[in-house]
Amino acid sequence: MSLLIGSVTIGIILALLALGLFISFRIFNFPDITAEGSFTFGAATGASLIVAGMNPLLASAVAFVAGMAAGAVTGIIHTRFKINPLLAGILVMTALYSVNLHVMGKSNMPLLNETTLFTWVENFSVWMSGEGTRTSILGWQVAVKDLWLLMFCLIGIGVFCVFLWWFFKTNLGTAMRATGDNDQMIRALGVNTNAMIIAGVAISNGFVALAGAMLAQYQGFADVQMGIGMMVWGLASVIIGEAIINDDSLGFVIAGAVIGSVLFRLLVAIALRWGLNPNDLKIITAMFVFIALILPGLMKNKKKFTIKRKVHA
Amino acid sequence: MLKIENIKKTFNPGTANEVKALQGVSIEIEEGSFVCILGTNGSGKSTALNAVAGSFLVDEGKIILDGEDITKWSEHKRARYIGRVFQNPFSGTAPGMSIQENLTLALKRGKKRGLGWGLPGNVVNEFKKMVTPLNMGLESRLENPIGKLSGGQRQALTLLMSTAIKPKLLLLDEHTAALDPKTASKVIDLTQQVISRDKLTTLMVTHSMQQAVNLGDRIIMMHQGKVAYDFKGEDKRRLKVNDLLSLFDDLRRKDNIDPAVAEMLKAQYV
Repeated sequence: MSLLIGSVTIGIILALLALGLFISFRIFNFPDITAEGSFTFGAATGASLIVAGMNPLLASAVAFVAGMAAGAVTGIIHTRFKINPLLAGILVMTALYSVNLHVMGKSNMPLLNETTLFTWVENFSVWMSGEGTRTSILGWQVAVKDLWLLMFCLIGIGVFCVFLWWFFKTNLGTAMRATGDNDQMIRALGVNTNAMIIAGVAISNGFVALAGAMLAQYQGFADVQMGIGMMVWGLASVIIGEAIINDDSLGFVIAGAVIGSVLFRLLVAIALRWGLNPNDLKIITAMFVFIALILPGLMKNKKKFTIKRKVHA
Repeated sequence: MLKIENIKKTFNPGTANEVKALQGVSIEIEEGSFVCILGTNGSGKSTALNAVAGSFLVDEGKIILDGEDITKWSEHKRARYIGRVFQNPFSGTAPGMSIQENLTLALKRGKKRGLGWGLPGNVVNEFKKMVTPLNMGLESRLENPIGKLSGGQRQALTLLMSTAIKPKLLLLDEHTAALDPKTASKVIDLTQQVISRDKLTTLMVTHSMQQAVNLGDRIIMMHQGKVAYDFKGEDKRRLKVNDLLSLFDDLRRKDNIDPAVAEMLKAQYV
């Protein structure tokens, strides 16, 4: 049970990543690979600031801004110098690898003895219900501390979701969505689409970096490798969310990304529990996204095929 | 209102694909005038329109709109004054967004877009009033995504959107060319209504000589990146489709003769 709660908590933390990729891939139609670098960038920035003694809340906020800066660079490379979005992302992602090593000064930075946001939550839990208390849920014994962590993450992600939903419903946010939907049209209505894309990719990477900073605090270390495969991971969450929710309206799609992230994390935890070799995790994730991408096309072909057969019969 | 002074544009200069699309076009349009631009394929009529809209910057010449020199302005900055409808019905609307969201985007054309709520409750009734005269049943489908609508419906909405805030200049780029004849005539009727209601200064590129004869108060015929003929007032009113056809034939004949004449002169003098 505590494994389950742990997985859901990580799933919710990584939902920030899913939201980030939802912004770049779905709202802006911008295949942004910067995420792989900015995830670690956020973790590295957050971790080293916390180690340097900064307030963890402030450190996480700085990580968010750092991610935004990385995203803005990608956006500028794409819009200003007309470089393909994929390539622009790869350039920034590669550069960030060195930046991350410089930020941390080493390839791995432990946070176990530092005060993080989660230490605050643990202290709060001790204050509320005492040290090491356990409670039972449906007959399982779980640490109260874990429940508080989960609750904290849930509230946090809820706030971010509501914020995003509100933002993309404002005049500015509506113009951003239109930029991803039909840039020619919205330019003819007086919107500077380049500025929109730069801002959008920046916000997206802010979320991704925040996910990195939160994960580093939760698991107790930042590692220069931790961003590898994160883009596909986030995309998988978004796709699962869309498949489950099956509704195009903004609020549902945002909620879907969060639900997708939690479910995907749970699936992975179950698969690992059943003996999946952790080394195979990335290839399975990639295959999963591949199948999810081609499935709608295959279903359509199948339908056409059956219709044709009916006509012939 | 609009003054185009000797604009020139060459695409892909210095390459095998070099196209001298505009070779010194000058047009002056008075306020409230409705101008049809005719021309063969490749005559530069759409390019001239796009030059005014700011899809690209011209190599030479000046574009002055209502006393302001907009030659170096970016496309989105010009949109403050210019409304546009495109040839492709898919170009003028955002397919994934609802009808009301598209309309609300149009209400902010060229204005600052802040963090105010995009769809205030009172504005939806306003939208209902806007789309009801179209007689397309859109008033009950305001929340549907535009991508589900037909080309004619989307083009009609684009026209509403481009004129939702009165533009100083309306640019129509063969906006009925991709529609079936019945829908096209419906959209043309609507175009005429909107233009005469708001007394809009309009520049319309068209393929159809019938449209050019029936609509507007001026016809400009372009050929090989230049203005070939310009009919206004009484001349324009007397013009028939047959006259236009024979003018086109003249232009074509000139094209055929020119190289031959050049050959002959060469043989005589060189």
